[in-house]
Amino acid sequence: MNPRQHTAERDQDFSDIDAAMRQRLLAELANIVPASALLSTAEDLKPYECDGLSAYRRLPLAVVLAASETQVVAVLKTCHELGIPVVARGAGTGLSGGALPHENGVVLSLAKMKQILHLDPVARLAVVQPGVRNLAISEAAAPHGLYYAPDPSSQIACTIGGNVAENSGGVHCLKYGLTVHNVLRVRGVTMDGEVVEFGNHALDAPGYDLLALMIGSEGLLAVVTEVTVKLTPKPEVAQVIMASFDDVEKAGNAVAAIIAAGIIPAGLEMMDKPATAAVEPFVKAGYDLNAEAILLCESDGTVDEVAEEVAAMRAVLEGSGATDLRVSTSEAERLRFWAGRKAAFPAVGRVSPDYYCMDGTIPRKRLAEMLKAIAGMEKKYGLRCANVFHAGDGNLHPLIMYDSNVPGELERTEAFGAEILELSVALGGTITGEHGVGYEKINAMCVQFQPEELKAFHRVKVAFDPMGLLNPGKAVPTLHRCAEFGRMHVHGGELKFPELERF
Amino acid sequence: MIEQFRERILDKKPLRLRGGGSKDFYGQERRGDILDTRGHAGILDYEPTELVITAKCGTPLAEIKSALAERRQMLAFEPPAFGDATIGGVVAAGLSGPRRAAVGAVRDFVLGVKILDGEGRLLTFGGQVMKNVAGYDVSRLMCGSLGTLGLITEVSLKVLPLPVAEATLRFDCPQGRALELMNGWAGKPLPVSATCWHDDALTVRLSGARAAVDAAASNLGGEKVGAAEAASFWDDLREQRHAFFSGDAALWRLSVPSVAPALDLPGATLIEWGGAQRWVRCVEGSCDARAAAASAGGHATQFRGGDRSVGIFQPLDPVLGRIHRDLKRAFDPHGVFNPGRLYPDV
Ligand SMILES: Cc1cc2nc3c(=O)[nH]c(=O)nc-3n(C[C@H](O)[C@H](O)[C@H](O)COP(=O)(O)OP(=O)(O)OC[C@H]3O[C@@H](n4cnc5c(N)ncnc54)[C@H](O)[C@@H]3O)c2cc1C
Repeated sequence: MNPRQHTAERDQDFSDIDAAMRQRLLAELANIVPASALLSTAEDLKPYECDGLSAYRRLPLAVVLAASETQVVAVLKTCHELGIPVVARGAGTGLSGGALPHENGVVLSLAKMKQILHLDPVARLAVVQPGVRNLAISEAAAPHGLYYAPDPSSQIACTIGGNVAENSGGVHCLKYGLTVHNVLRVRGVTMDGEVVEFGNHALDAPGYDLLALMIGSEGLLAVVTEVTVKLTPKPEVAQVIMASFDDVEKAGNAVAAIIAAGIIPAGLEMMDKPATAAVEPFVKAGYDLNAEAILLCESDGTVDEVAEEVAAMRAVLEGSGATDLRVSTSEAERLRFWAGRKAAFPAVGRVSPDYYCMDGTIPRKRLAEMLKAIAGMEKKYGLRCANVFHAGDGNLHPLIMYDSNVPGELERTEAFGAEILELSVALGGTITGEHGVGYEKINAMCVQFQPEELKAFHRVKVAFDPMGLLNPGKAVPTLHRCAEFGRMHVHGGELKFPELERF
Repeated sequence: MIEQFRERILDKKPLRLRGGGSKDFYGQERRGDILDTRGHAGILDYEPTELVITAKCGTPLAEIKSALAERRQMLAFEPPAFGDATIGGVVAAGLSGPRRAAVGAVRDFVLGVKILDGEGRLLTFGGQVMKNVAGYDVSRLMCGSLGTLGLITEVSLKVLPLPVAEATLRFDCPQGRALELMNGWAGKPLPVSATCWHDDALTVRLSGARAAVDAAASNLGGEKVGAAEAASFWDDLREQRHAFFSGDAALWRLSVPSVAPALDLPGATLIEWGGAQRWVRCVEGSCDARAAAASAGGHATQFRGGDRSVGIFQPLDPVLGRIHRDLKRAFDPHGVFNPGRLYPDV
């Protein structure tokens, strides 16, 4: 019996995993996968040291490239028996350090499991392996006039397994929903090697909605080995309006006015001036560089429907003080308008050595307040920030620009980011809309949740993984960690975890 | 009110959570003393431009629907009231109406909940924003849990604008053809918001922009149903006042893939949700709804009447069953909330 037991109190200490244990682990893993699929030299491990958030890096004990569910089961059983942590990994595009390796653990890559097993155009669903890329599903469905609706900007690279783990969204999720709204069934393996299915090909399943619980669980409850996604009919046409504003607050109010007019646009995105300035030279999307903010507002449907909706949106945008309006006149132009938005992160990556992407969500009406506060923080921390914003659903992506080679800049960036997240919570929102908590926002979780709520999350974890071996130290902080964080960081003189010892 | 609820919970005796009692018929066992949630009522926050409404659990569904209608918005999942439903009960029961296949279920619109757990702790999960992935999605887990995990004290729901235009069409056709048509339409960008097949008649509702509804109505053909008749048809269907639902024969609900062929079950059938929800009036002893649903890849619920001893909900496989018991223990360690209402051991 392994003595490990996951609790809400303290992070587990895996430091007893020694060289002898590592040898034993490697020997057992070598019985499961071919040598080419088991990486253990520093050089081979290096590409897996971080995900899309490169500020945090660690080398794992080993990386296993699984090719089948049978192998996933065997790897998990082995690690379960030996008490070794496991971190599942898709494409590694995550932005919260969710796939950051554990230094005493195994990274289980699902990237080789990339087959679309079954696509049924009549039932409008596809059964896919976890390593299938998001865009590959839509490409396979295209000949049938169907697509997979959630479209994260990383869709050429990110995997459906990662999307399920993060409950990823995209620029069209205001109308078409997040991953949780577009997945019918998830098949996975729990840490003890049991295969289990959540959901089915009907619209609901008996008992608790464990499918919803799995989605967004950041690889802490089970390793996903198969996903059934819903496919959506492609609208006949789509058109996007690009509206310029001389003031971000006016742009924010225009967003509310569109919703108030009873319109749910297919996409509703905002970029501020620093963001368009970064993107335009890179993508040449035709953005208005004099505008303080631009809105991209899309309508899709039948030709007549789009004409009706575009006219209504135009009227609202004009009434809200837009200084310029352009409506895409062709599919190529529409895609160009979007290309700038979708390339915003890499574009900022070109104008700054490093950038740090935040992901808070706030009630839409607090937008102007948030942007003003961010402008103040830029001065306070001496760092620049570009803002891109899933405006329709209040999900803000401030991109803080920094240079990790300049001593102190990373620390200032982290403090800047933490302040944005705390303000998101204070404004009635959340620390993460779609990128997940991962390793990065684990302290911010102590700000958003009370100890009793965190304990409830840990009890949920225990129902799936009593030993706490799947992705330990991520997503949900232990009370001890929050106590330590609180010691560094007392809110308005009020101590949040007074019952816990401090050091 | 919360204090009173907490005291009851801390007695650690079985409680039967109850709002308007509109779903008293639903579920397995009804054990324990009634805890009436209706004293904890009222809309706390409703801002149409944020598309969110927050209300205390005992708020009547009717009050919420009329507050939304005043601002031309709606609960898009069209929950059935079945009488004097409260919003807490709507979420706990997890039942959705005719629009489900088009827009999603209760769980797709729940943004946040406050619950009292089995130790009387008031916990908040999710919130009032559209996107939130901080922590496990406990809010959605509450949907359809039939009050077995906690007392929902407050809910925040996403709302949607009322469609500008609506039209209802009717086609004469047998079941096989209706299933073909419904699945065919769902694969095209058509504004279909509800479907119902019964007695060789397929009724379809279109909702959306005026242009989209008009174009689809003329493309699809069929016989146009007058607005007043259409409205009462869909209301009656949602509330199960349609003639199909009357009488004493057991009412089974089969949730199956929409493309499943006509099920070979004796008893009258009514189909909704583009083929994904099938109601069957089973003749006792001759109707194995559970096996039929399972072989079609779905599950069956004995919704009303019939022999309750066979179990109301489809039994779970052993791993899922264990996870259910562990989750029940995680939220309700003393077995206070609606014990046995969902399954005998949760
Ligand atoms: C340029 C850029 C743009 C982005 N744009 C968006 C966007 O618009 N919207 C958005 O939501 N996100 C966006 N992201 C974030 C990221 O792409 C998503 O979170 C994506 O879902 C991660 O997928 P992945 O395959 O890369 O997962 P990884 O990064 O490999 O892993 C992410 C998490 O999922 C877990 N995981 C992975 N596979 C499995 C599995 N099979 N079973 C269990 N757990 C698993 C990991 O343990 C980890 O916790 C962006 C990232 C980048 C770099």
